[in-house]
Amino acid sequence: MPQRQKLVIVGNGMAPGRMLEELLKRSPRAYDITIFNAEPRVNYDRIMLSPVLSAEKTFEDIIIHDDDWYAANDITLHKGKRVARIDRDAKVVEAEDGTAASYDRLVLATGSSPFIIPVPGHDLPGVLAYRDLDDVDAMVEAAEHGGKAVVIGGGLLGLEAAAGLQMRGMDVTVIHLMPTLMERQLDTAAGHLLRQAVEARGIKVLTEANTQSITEKDGKVAGVQIEDGRLLPADIVVMAVGIKPSSGIAKDAGLTVGRGISVDDTLCTSDPAVSAVGECVEHRGMCYGLVAPLYEMAKTLAANLAGEEASYTGSVTSTKLKVTGINLFSAGDFADAEGREEIVLRDASNGVYRRLVLEDNRIVGAVLYGDVADGAWFFDLIKRSTDISEMRDTVIFGQGFAGGTPLDPTAAVAALPDDGEICGCNGICKGTIVEAIGELGLKDVEGVRMHTKASASCGSCTGLVEQLLTLSLGDDYDPAGVPPMCGCTDLGHGDVRRLIVAKNLKTIPDVMQELEWTSSCGCAKCRPALNYYLLATWPGEYTDDNQSRFINERVHANIQKDGTYSVVPRMWGGITSADELRAIADVTDKFNVPTVKVTGGQRIDLLGIQKEDLPAVWADLNAAGLVSGHAYGKALRTVKTCVGTDWCRFGTQDSTGFGIRIEKFMWGSWTPAKVKMAVSGCPRNCSEATCKDVGVICVDSGYEIHFAGAAGLEIKGTVVLGHASTEDEALEIIVAVTQLYREQAYYLERIHKWAARVGVDTVREQIMDDVERRKALFERFCYSQKFSQIDPWAERVQGDQAHEFMPLADLTRMQAAE
Amino acid sequence: MDTDFIDIGTVEDVPVRGSRLVKTPDATIAIFKTMEGQIFAIEDKCPHLSGPLSQGIVHGNRVTCPLHNLVIDLANGQADGPGGGPNGKCVKTFPIEIMDGRILLKPFDVPSEKVA
Ligand SMILES: Cc1cc2nc3c(=O)[nH]c(=O)nc-3n(C[C@H](O)[C@H](O)[C@H](O)COP(=O)(O)OP(=O)(O)OC[C@H]3O[C@@H](n4cnc5c(N)ncnc54)[C@H](O)[C@@H]3O)c2cc1C
Ligand code: SF4
Ligand code: FES
Repeated sequence: MPQRQKLVIVGNGMAPGRMLEELLKRSPRAYDITIFNAEPRVNYDRIMLSPVLSAEKTFEDIIIHDDDWYAANDITLHKGKRVARIDRDAKVVEAEDGTAASYDRLVLATGSSPFIIPVPGHDLPGVLAYRDLDDVDAMVEAAEHGGKAVVIGGGLLGLEAAAGLQMRGMDVTVIHLMPTLMERQLDTAAGHLLRQAVEARGIKVLTEANTQSITEKDGKVAGVQIEDGRLLPADIVVMAVGIKPSSGIAKDAGLTVGRGISVDDTLCTSDPAVSAVGECVEHRGMCYGLVAPLYEMAKTLAANLAGEEASYTGSVTSTKLKVTGINLFSAGDFADAEGREEIVLRDASNGVYRRLVLEDNRIVGAVLYGDVADGAWFFDLIKRSTDISEMRDTVIFGQGFAGGTPLDPTAAVAALPDDGEICGCNGICKGTIVEAIGELGLKDVEGVRMHTKASASCGSCTGLVEQLLTLSLGDDYDPAGVPPMCGCTDLGHGDVRRLIVAKNLKTIPDVMQELEWTSSCGCAKCRPALNYYLLATWPGEYTDDNQSRFINERVHANIQKDGTYSVVPRMWGGITSADELRAIADVTDKFNVPTVKVTGGQRIDLLGIQKEDLPAVWADLNAAGLVSGHAYGKALRTVKTCVGTDWCRFGTQDSTGFGIRIEKFMWGSWTPAKVKMAVSGCPRNCSEATCKDVGVICVDSGYEIHFAGAAGLEIKGTVVLGHASTEDEALEIIVAVTQLYREQAYYLERIHKWAARVGVDTVREQIMDDVERRKALFERFCYSQKFSQIDPWAERVQGDQAHEFMPLADLTRMQAAE
Repeated sequence: MDTDFIDIGTVEDVPVRGSRLVKTPDATIAIFKTMEGQIFAIEDKCPHLSGPLSQGIVHGNRVTCPLHNLVIDLANGQADGPGGGPNGKCVKTFPIEIMDGRILLKPFDVPSEKVA
């Protein structure tokens, strides 16, 4: 065997990681490989640092190549060694600590470094960047002490950092120089929607704010001074204002460097023995800051190193913001320019905004907010420069409508050509995935992820991969059955619900035994779900397992961040009286309640009550006729009403009276997730019934019944379930649809999610068309109510579960125990 | 018997898969009872953001924090996951003895043991 050539790589980020995979696949033993990495660790998925910051993932989850991988591939990895010098004549690189390696081929993959604005105070302790795991660790550490964070920069990274810090419990403000957030990816309108969504999670946003200096106290950061005079106090400051390619060592070595290290289409620098790849590169005048183009470069470079001919000609990029609950997609170019036209779709009630920029009947840019399912399709049209003149009128509605394709979600994916891209991060095409499913017999998303890498990076194409599975496997692919309930079983929620009925399982231990649970007593995910399933399936027979309920439902109050509780009594339909208010006021005084708040559901919340005091608080409230509002439960919360015909000059029906009737009929019933309802007296809709789980709009001819709305993490208008001409009929419909939801939904699945899963039409058929069935559902609900309409507060005032509220012993005065 | 142990009540007083509290001048201690009837004593304070662990769901020998779902091992106070939870901190555990169905707890620090 000939002497192997020596390949040395400087930097061990995502680009060289992918390059090595491609190279080893092509010619496993071509090189003797050595890597220097300034970071003291293996290669990991940098784009997943945000989920690590928000605690949705751990570092272990995002490792790409572990130590075993380097060992198995016989690669020397120098961790924590920064290359300081390249001697191109001797063909040697040398690290800061003197470690040296000689090369035949050298690859520079130094990535980029965060740009730090050189304002006074930028180097104080507590001023952080957001680039690597050390930054995340520093942020997590800071967040443990709570306090205030200021994030400078309202781009992708800044917003992800802000969301993560906020989820870790910090009070976060984002300051942004421009008028619009993420202005490089978004236009003003989408930026505005994004700002609202960011603010809705409690993050403050200041735009057009220029940082003047960072102030100091006790040798560390104390605040951020803005040019307009405002001073924002801060315990930490995160700068996320941009990146610059790291090209220092290349420049020192005399290589041609522009904004980044200049390379040609084969990724060769001005020295034929030296290549460069990744964010440190400038190619045809472009520097990239997203992984998809870097992965394309990596592939080209690997081919070249393996002796094949390949060239890279540049990329069009697309972006998704990885903040749970905010859906945003943007691709291409949408600056205003001569000869460009645009098509805009706004559907404010559904929180949807779409904008396409056209040039010569071809899409050159796309921004999607709210519903981003068509992102891949638009991106494909941009990359292919497809002439869209034939579908111009409908193209904005997405693939489902354009060109007459039917509205089946899988149709969109079915229509994509084989080289249509599914996974943007990894550049995986439809054909590759379909082939892998067929040849390797893959059955689920996990398998596809493992074998093709599709959806393995940012994960936002998981839905498309699922559709490809459905398309390839037909009925053999059961997406609902695939994700197991939790780590204690392989069964999904649907299977467990079905088997509880089929096998007549009546207790949690029975379920665990019969369905072969792998843990002895379940976990905090499956136990509450099983408790609900059994309760809903066997009303009157099953004894509720208090220890399998989340604390709020166990003690019938909401736990707060400091371990105190909040108490919300029911106010039927939002109506109260002097006596009730007096009782609330007295309780407030007697128990020193620190905060009394009017909630969005038309009632009053008493916050900050000590657990030991709960039974006494309830006793006083009970005495005035106030009962538990179930504000803590997966249960019926409120029925919000307007004043309807009682007072309003527009009212068409007694909306208040009907709301109270619904609430009195349905309170106490446990449901898979919380259920909120509302009744409006006319279509002016003052009680906002059209974003509730179930809503009623009164009209002259009766009651229009809506369902499947949402106004939380997601915002969604309701759909119409049907029309009722009398109040009795309306009640029957509302109760029946709730019961159907109770019987079919997965634990924690809100009504709109359930409706989307089983199909709005099937729900409508069962409730509106099949009157027999509706009546049967109604009866079953009434039966189960017999066992649930007992005020849990009154029970506990009587001494039920007393141990919950009393300490076992108080040793604060030493002798007390005896 | 070691004189530092204090009788705090009976095993029966603690609900199965549940907990009760013992207040001391230094800390609030949660006394847990598992499905198998084993008793553990651990500080009622999550290493993440100080959530009251006593309010969590007990499963096996572990409890899930009610605030953000960190899972803590009752036997050694360690959190699940790499590095043992936020910055590798763990929850303080306290020695327990069971005698004739009564729980004896050693609630105070023995100075010589308190190194780290
Ligand atoms: C928080 C965050 C979120 C992101 N989210 C997304 C996203 O959603 N989608 C997306 O497409 N992109 C995202 N990105 C960008 C993406 O991570 C980068 O484009 C990609 O990681 C760049 O890869 P690279 O290999 O070029 O450089 P890097 O991954 O930065 O790796 C460079 C490595 O080289 C090391 N190094 C530098 N100089 C030397 C030296 N002299 N000697 C030795 N080692 C050296 C560095 O320490 C570093 O480890 C995100 C980035 C961050 C920080
Ligand atoms: S919804 Fe109609 S009836 Fe009710 S308060 Fe508003 S305007 Fe009046
Ligand atoms: S306080 Fe326990 S997980 Fe956050």
